[in-house]
Amino acid sequence: MEPILTKNWGKPHSRSIQTYLAQGGYATLKKMFQMSPEQVTEEAKRSGLRGRGGAGFPAGVKWGFVPKNTGKPIYLCINADESEPGTFKDRAILENDPHMLIEGVIIASYALGVRTAYQYIRGEFYRPWEMVEQAIAEAYQHGFLGQNICGSNFSLDFYQHRGAGAYICGEETGLIESLEGKRGMPRIKPPFPAVSGAFGCPTVVNNVETIAALPWILEHGGEAYAKIGVGKSTGTKLWSVSGHVNRPGVYEVPLGIPFKLFLEEYCGGVWKGRKLKAVIVGGSSVPVLTADEAFAVTLDYESLQGAGTFLGSGGMIIIDDQTSMVAALENLAVFYHHESCGQCTPCREGSGWVEKILHRLYHGEGRHEDLALLQDLADKMQGRTICALADALAMPVRSYVTKFRTEFEAFIREGRSPYPAPEWQG
Amino acid sequence: MAFQFTPAQRDQIEQLCARYPTRRAALLPVLWIVQAQEGWVSAEAMEAVAQVLDITPAAVYEVVTFYTMYERRPCARHHLQVCRTLSCWLRGAKQLTKYLEGKLGVRVGGQTPDGRFQLSEVECLGSCGTAPMMQVNGRDYYENLTPEQVDKLLDALK
Ligand SMILES: Cc1cc2nc3c(=O)[nH]c(=O)nc-3n(C[C@H](O)[C@H](O)[C@H](O)COP(=O)(O)O)c2cc1C
Ligand code: SF4
Ligand code: FES
Repeated sequence: MEPILTKNWGKPHSRSIQTYLAQGGYATLKKMFQMSPEQVTEEAKRSGLRGRGGAGFPAGVKWGFVPKNTGKPIYLCINADESEPGTFKDRAILENDPHMLIEGVIIASYALGVRTAYQYIRGEFYRPWEMVEQAIAEAYQHGFLGQNICGSNFSLDFYQHRGAGAYICGEETGLIESLEGKRGMPRIKPPFPAVSGAFGCPTVVNNVETIAALPWILEHGGEAYAKIGVGKSTGTKLWSVSGHVNRPGVYEVPLGIPFKLFLEEYCGGVWKGRKLKAVIVGGSSVPVLTADEAFAVTLDYESLQGAGTFLGSGGMIIIDDQTSMVAALENLAVFYHHESCGQCTPCREGSGWVEKILHRLYHGEGRHEDLALLQDLADKMQGRTICALADALAMPVRSYVTKFRTEFEAFIREGRSPYPAPEWQG
Repeated sequence: MAFQFTPAQRDQIEQLCARYPTRRAALLPVLWIVQAQEGWVSAEAMEAVAQVLDITPAAVYEVVTFYTMYERRPCARHHLQVCRTLSCWLRGAKQLTKYLEGKLGVRVGGQTPDGRFQLSEVECLGSCGTAPMMQVNGRDYYENLTPEQVDKLLDALK
């Protein structure tokens, strides 16, 4: 496979503009300025590229929702919040090849008629923020940002906006609120950001990985991109793999490869020669798969949906057979309760109750009714809130309790876990 | 003495404001300026920020309290933030935290009496493949940590 997103990673000075220019970077812009913005959007549509931030909505189609000629400016927001547990692929792009992202920003902005684009980056990514600041400065110096880019009559400013620690700012309307200088509390939709987003203007929010694929798509054509992958899962995807594997890391593979092959060939298999117990494929918020379920899927949107889960952000967490699923779910419940913005009662109170019940279960004071109570709470949380954060806890709760029920029951019966807490390998 | 922005900072703030259609949008970056200088965000600083951005002090306060990275009291010299979330937990983050508690003689949330270290647990830092890990002073990531590396790091942080 020809790498698309990772082709420069590991090269010396891979994030400098010299390295990027030397491998032909920014060259597609000349070609692009010969095209109309509509043609660029068409190319994105033809590629079938789907949003890599979690929802998987086709990027070109989303751009098409932006009303033209409203007289208002149109904004592009790059989502570099990357706070989904298990997900660290966008950071890898920011650190290894920020110019590919910037070139993508120029392409998307041209297609959308954007004059000012922002990158919303989580506050904890201080070093990546510095690296991208440096790359933005280089891009301005070389005339790829600012007035009349490459002699065209297209001008664009691109700024970074640092968050300050809040998972909810990755949700697109929470992100917009935070960009506007407020608490990152999601907005009720509609109106959708495409119609009324940042500063009351049409706004597109796209993930870092989505935007970084655009230079290749423009250079090789949307059709070439659509040929990679399977069906409606076109192109390559970055998987960030963590947990109990021999080789954790970020891997680029075409969509559609079997999970088993990926685990063995890329990740070096489950560590310590142990067996696989469970896999979270798309970041902590998607339903968990048992080992048997996982070995039956291929890594693409449709196959994973068929298995009752989601590709999500591609944050894959591998769990070995020595791990307590009760403890794992308790860990996640703490996260979601902490990160709930508190606007919706089902999310604010539900996540608190889920955490409390799992906590007492974990400390040997579980009651048998607790499992039904957890299910009931999950049912009352899902689909009843402003944003999907409540669902992001409800789905794991339901899937862990259903698929690992005997483990939860044994835990309650014995008052303790048959599994030791994970050790620190050091 | 009351908190005041330096002339250079005022220039910087005006440049930031020019990036957005509203002055309020510069709130998070301006708070970062405050914290970079003071190490935390005091009530006085919040008043000054409100004034310079032409918003109410309450609007500043609600933002400062919403985000976990703005400090509302002075920190120790070195802030150790261990990630506690799932991928790190699977690789022993809990033990790493216990080890640090033992070495420093403080519990999570505490500071050493000499004001040198502060220990926190935080949520996923986007470094899950290099677990267990921690962030130091809100800037640097230390990844794939071993007890030996933790020892060396603590010695190096004077
Ligand atoms: C609670 C929550 C957190 C999210 N966090 C992120 C994130 O950190 N990064 C991201 O790109 N998208 C995140 N999303 C998805 C965004 O709302 C949005 O769908 C995405 O940024 C759109 O970009 P795309 O079309 O390129 O995928 C999150 C969604 C929810 C509900
Ligand atoms: S679902 Fe939770 S995080 Fe989302 S808006 Fe409601 S309270 Fe906030
Ligand atoms: S879980 Fe620790 S960095 Fe993501």
